[in-house]
Amino acid sequence: MSALIAAGEAKTLLDAAIRGELPDERGRFGPFGGRYVPETLVPAFERLEKGVREHLHDPAFQDAFQRELREWVGRPTALTFAPRLSEKWGAEVWIKREDLAHTGAHKINNAIGQALLAKRLGAKRIIAETGAGQHGVAAAAACARVGLPCSVYMGTVDMERQAPNVDRMLRLGAEVVAVESGDKTLRAAIDEALRAWVTDPAGIYYLLGSAVGAHPYPYLVRELQSVIGQEARQQMIDQAGGLPDAAFACVGGGSNAIGLFYPLLADDIELIGVEAGGTGDGLGQNAATLATGTPGVLHGAYTIILQNEDGQVRETHSISAGLDYSGVGPEHALLQATGRVKYVSVQDDEALEALHELCAAEGILTALETAHAYAHARKYAALNPGKRILIGNSGRGDKDLPTLTQYPAQMGSHDGA
Amino acid sequence: MMAHERITAAIAAASKAGRTALVPFITAGYPEPGEFLETLKAVATVGDVVELGIPFSDPMADGMTIQRSSFTALQKGVSLKWIFDQLDMVDGEIDAPLVMMSYLNPLLAFGYEELADRALAVGVCGFIVPDLPFEESDDFRAVLESKGLGLIQLVTPATPEARLKTLCAASLGFVYAVTITGITGGGTGLPTDLAGYLDRVATISKLPVCAGFGIRTQQEVAAVGQHAAGAIVGSALVEVLERNEDPKAFLRSLTGQ
Repeated sequence: MSALIAAGEAKTLLDAAIRGELPDERGRFGPFGGRYVPETLVPAFERLEKGVREHLHDPAFQDAFQRELREWVGRPTALTFAPRLSEKWGAEVWIKREDLAHTGAHKINNAIGQALLAKRLGAKRIIAETGAGQHGVAAAAACARVGLPCSVYMGTVDMERQAPNVDRMLRLGAEVVAVESGDKTLRAAIDEALRAWVTDPAGIYYLLGSAVGAHPYPYLVRELQSVIGQEARQQMIDQAGGLPDAAFACVGGGSNAIGLFYPLLADDIELIGVEAGGTGDGLGQNAATLATGTPGVLHGAYTIILQNEDGQVRETHSISAGLDYSGVGPEHALLQATGRVKYVSVQDDEALEALHELCAAEGILTALETAHAYAHARKYAALNPGKRILIGNSGRGDKDLPTLTQYPAQMGSHDGA
Repeated sequence: MMAHERITAAIAAASKAGRTALVPFITAGYPEPGEFLETLKAVATVGDVVELGIPFSDPMADGMTIQRSSFTALQKGVSLKWIFDQLDMVDGEIDAPLVMMSYLNPLLAFGYEELADRALAVGVCGFIVPDLPFEESDDFRAVLESKGLGLIQLVTPATPEARLKTLCAASLGFVYAVTITGITGGGTGLPTDLAGYLDRVATISKLPVCAGFGIRTQQEVAAVGQHAAGAIVGSALVEVLERNEDPKAFLRSLTGQ
C-alpha cells in the first residue's frame, strides 16, 4: 500500500494528521476520502458539512454533548487493569472499557453526538444502518433521548445472528427495516439507507455509525469517538503511571479504532488495528480489507476496499457482524499508507478462543468484534515480552450469544479457582 | 464531429422531426448474456440514444428492478471487459450513439485511458456516473474530453440554482434531469411540479435536456416531452426484458407508434 503515497509525502501527511489538519477542505485524508455521492444527496451533504462546521465545536453544543456523555452514557468509562491476563501473557494489560458505556459499546458516543446535531439541524427523522446491531441500538436509544423517530436498516443475515439487538431496537421505539438486497449484511444496509435518504434528503438525517462514507462522516465520527483515546491516554498516565507501548483495537469500518488511535498518534506508541481474518485468505472468506484490499470507491469514499479485478465489491465473511464489511474508513487507509498504524488480521477461531480466555481470566464477556483485538494482542505479547499493552474493549458480548451458542462454553475452563 | 456531439445531434434530430427523443436504458447482459447484442440492436432501432448500464455490486442510486438486473448480470459473468469484447463484434449495425451508465468503481478498476479508447472504438459517446459528483470529476472528465467523449451531468429537483448552472455548463451530450427526489424505478407517477423544473433546466442548459427516473408510459413520455427534449426509460424497459417480452414493441408503444 505504501506505493499509494510517495515516500517523502508520508511524513508530511502524517504530520498534518497529527496537527489535526486532515481531512482537508475537500474531505481528503491525503489521497483517501472525498465525497462520491449521487447528485440528489449533494445538497444534503453540503448542509451537513456546514452544520458540522457551525455546531460541532460550538461551546453550547459541546456542553450539551459532554453532559449527555457524562450523565446518560456514563462516561468516563473505566480503564481496567487485567492482572490474570497480564500474568498469562507476560505483559501488562490494560483494558479501555467501552463495553461499560450505555447500550454496551462505543457506538453510543457517536450516536448521541449525531442525534444532538440532527436536532440542531432541524431533521424530521433519523435513519441509520447497522451490522452487529450495536449502532442500531445506540441510534435507537439516542433518538429516543432527543425525541426523533428512527428507522434502522439491517441486513437479514445480521438480524438473525444478532437477534437480541433487533429486539432491543424495537423496544427503544425504532423501526427496523429488513434489508434483503445485496449481501444482506452491513454493506447492503448502508446501500439501502442511502437509497432511503435520497427520497427525502431535506427531512432525513442519516446517522452513519462508522468512520466511513463520504465527507464529512469520517471526520464527524472521529471527532465524536476521540473521547475514547483522550480518556484512555489520561487514565494510563494516572493509573498505569505512563503511556502504553502498544495499543490494539478491532477494525471493521474503524470507528472505535480511530477513536482510540487518533489522540495517540503523536505519542511513541505502536498502534495496531486488527481486522477480521474470517476462515482464511481465500476470496470472500474474510473481511481483512486493509490487509488484502486495493483502492476503490465504496459508499462515497475513496479508500481501501475488497473488490475483484473488475471493481465489483466482494462479499466478506467474519464471525462478527460488526467487522463483516468490505470497506474501511479513509483515515485508516491513510494511517496504513503512512506506516503510522499497522493493520493485521486474526481468524474467527482465534477470536473465539480469545473471547473465552478473557471471560475466564477477567470476568468480561467481550464482543466478538473486540475479541479480534485480544487475539492479536496475545500474539504480540508472546513476541514482545514485558510490554505495557492497551486494548480498546469496544463492546460487550451479550449480543453474540446466538452465535456463541454454536460454540459450547468450556465448563470449568478457569485456570484459577 | 466529436463523439459527444453525436449524442447531441441525435437528440436534436428527433426534436427537429417533432418527436420526443427516446433514450432507452438496458442493463448490459440482462437477462441473458447470450442475447445482449440482439437486445441492444433491437433497442437501438427505436431509441435515439441508448443508455447501457454497467452492472455493479452496490448500485446505491437504483431501485429494486435495476438492482435485480445488475446482480443477475454479475452472477452470469458480465463485466465491463466482457461488454467491450461483445461490442467489438458489432459491425456498424447500431446507428444510435451509446452512452454508458456506470458507478465509478468499475471504471476506476478498468483504468480511464483504456476505458476511453475502447469506448471510442465501439461507438460509446458518453458516460453517466451517478456516484461521481462534479467536484470529484476532474480526472475522469479530462481523460474523456481529451478523446471527445462526454461526461453527462445529472441535475435533480434538489439542485440549487447556482449549482444547476455549473452542472449544465459542464455537461456534454445532454443534461440528465432526474425527475424525482429518489431512486430509479419509482412507480408512483411523476411529480406535479415537474413541468416548472424541466422548463427551468431547459432555460439554463445550452444542451438538450433528457428527463429520467420513473418514466413508464406513453402518457408520461408525452408529458415529459412537452418540457424536455428527451425521455429516458430504464426500469420499465428492464421489467419488459425480465418478463421476456419484446423490447422493441414496448418502446414503440411509448412513442405512440
